[in-house]
Amino acid sequence: MYRYDEFDHQLVAERVEQFRGQVARRVAGEITEDAFKPLRLMNGVYLQLHAYMLRVAIPYGTLSSKQMRMLAHLARKYDRGYGHFTTRQNIQYNWPALDRIPDLLQELASVEMHAIQTSGNCIRNVTSDQYAGAIADEVEDPRIISEIIRQWSTFHPEFSYLPRKFKIAVTGHKNDRAAIKLHDIGIVIVKNAAGEIGYEVHVGGGQGRTPFIAKKMSDFVPAAQLLAYLEAVMRVYNMLGRRDNSYKARIKILVHETGEEEMRRLVDAEFAKIDASQMLTVPQEEIDRIAAYFAPPVLQELPATSASLDSARASDSAFDHWVTTNVVSHVKSGYGIVNISLKPIGGIPGDASDAQMDVIADLAEAYAQDEVRVTHEQNLVLPHVKLDDLKTVYDTLLAHGLATPNLGMISDTIACPGLDYCNLANARSIPLAQEISNRFADLDRQYDIGELKIKISGCINACGHHHVGHIGILGVDKKGTEFYQISLGGSADENASLGDITGRAFTEDDIVDAIENLVASYVDLRHNGERFIDTYRRVGMQPFKERLYAE
Amino acid sequence: MAQHSAKGARFQAVTANRLTDGEVVYFTDAGHWSLSFSEAAIADGADAAEAVLARAMPADFEAHVLDPYLFEVLQDAQTGFQPASVRETIRAKGPTIRLDLGKQAIAS
Ligand code: SF4
Repeated sequence: MYRYDEFDHQLVAERVEQFRGQVARRVAGEITEDAFKPLRLMNGVYLQLHAYMLRVAIPYGTLSSKQMRMLAHLARKYDRGYGHFTTRQNIQYNWPALDRIPDLLQELASVEMHAIQTSGNCIRNVTSDQYAGAIADEVEDPRIISEIIRQWSTFHPEFSYLPRKFKIAVTGHKNDRAAIKLHDIGIVIVKNAAGEIGYEVHVGGGQGRTPFIAKKMSDFVPAAQLLAYLEAVMRVYNMLGRRDNSYKARIKILVHETGEEEMRRLVDAEFAKIDASQMLTVPQEEIDRIAAYFAPPVLQELPATSASLDSARASDSAFDHWVTTNVVSHVKSGYGIVNISLKPIGGIPGDASDAQMDVIADLAEAYAQDEVRVTHEQNLVLPHVKLDDLKTVYDTLLAHGLATPNLGMISDTIACPGLDYCNLANARSIPLAQEISNRFADLDRQYDIGELKIKISGCINACGHHHVGHIGILGVDKKGTEFYQISLGGSADENASLGDITGRAFTEDDIVDAIENLVASYVDLRHNGERFIDTYRRVGMQPFKERLYAE
Repeated sequence: MAQHSAKGARFQAVTANRLTDGEVVYFTDAGHWSLSFSEAAIADGADAAEAVLARAMPADFEAHVLDPYLFEVLQDAQTGFQPASVRETIRAKGPTIRLDLGKQAIAS
């Protein structure tokens, strides 16, 4: 885990005190809301439907048990006993009172966390692979470069007033779990023929009103030059990105309007302008210093199989299912990566109570090398668990409603807060996720359907990633009533694709039947071993559509 | 931004969020902000609505609330006045997925 140095500590502490003064002046009526709003947003404070909402950054989704316990404590003390993990690997509190947020932030800072740059037109929290440092065949732990980017982009004066917000994601693995092609910049860590580490850089991906898959700008940026290359991209964006229309201000629009080749030429030209003697390179000692924080944990030498695990699986079929679905092989033999589903059947995707967060923190401390990860699919991960300990971990998770064996299944839905909380929403998202989960509650049925990613957004901003759901659902508003538009064939992985809209939208009463109809089509159409997305890619929209809209 | 009143809406009320904690509040006939929709001043007609909104926004309104706006209200023979949109219904009650939270929780 990265630990703050004295500069980090000072930076965050000063920011809390500044914000305390700003809140006090606002509450005393000394500054207007117009003046205050950008200040609160810079500190992660939004106004939602029922209350303020505070978004706390979880850099690249990594937490220690101490930090997780703090998140639980804050939920208890300043909120209503729960938090919501988001598709950006952050956590949101839905009910904090404005005048108590400075105290909250002060407590948060004591565990080296903050809410800075979780809003506004700056470089946001860098996101990454939740299996970083634990999965086999990783080129390099993506958190090292993520941390370097975090430090570089925090309060970077040149990039704190961009045309629009800017999101960077990093993966160190060929299987993309960080949706890097849906980010303003997506970075894949690669090795060249000489065995040197470098970065494949994708630019201009994004969701929202106008979704795009990122274009590959460079196959290989040498490790030492990455920040300079990112600077070149950011400069082109800062100069040419549109500031006249916020809907057209993201870099994806610039890349689209400029064209991939011309954009590459502009970036290369900007990069060439950077004088080699003044190029921003990270000294090797600094890279080594940061890398040391992410050194692999010292794990035991263990056999690849565990007799106690095998016998527990043989005698407890629910546990066996959970291991099959939610536990992933670890790079180290004798260990596993445990996925904790925050999608209980009929539950609220991504929500965890303070008590659950405490339990997970305890498990992380006792069994997972003190680490917890947050996934962009709104689940949590214990990255390094001994196979011998899986049953104990499972039993504890089960006792706290955290052992739903549905990772990647139809009930493992992503859903944004939607109209139950969000000020921008057109329709509710969470109740749909709950109804779908209840409809397909039967696990045997879920396993028969297999991998199927449903993603739901309550408006075109697409926080629920509906464009890249195998089945995507978008809430729309028609004269104050909620309707839902379906898209098919999206995917957020290394074969990223955007979904196609099926046709007219459905009412709240019809939408779950419509999903059922699509699943039935898939089951009829699928070839042996095909997932929903494979079948869709083979047969296309027509057969699904015909049945969906049949009278 | 969603439209909060249909064109030609007859009844409207004024809502905002309280500065200190963001709580949903409604402007009342008595000229203050209430936590309860049932106390909201209901304006009949566009002119009356603009008048209520103007009363809700004196020079110093920002010391108490954020962003007052008009929203449509429907009259129902059984239940009296109710917010017209799903959005305003949710604001008046709380999240539909957590009946233990928001105004609905205090009410029950
Ligand atoms: S997608 Fe829309 S409704 Fe959902 S959280 Fe984002 S802004 Fe709110």
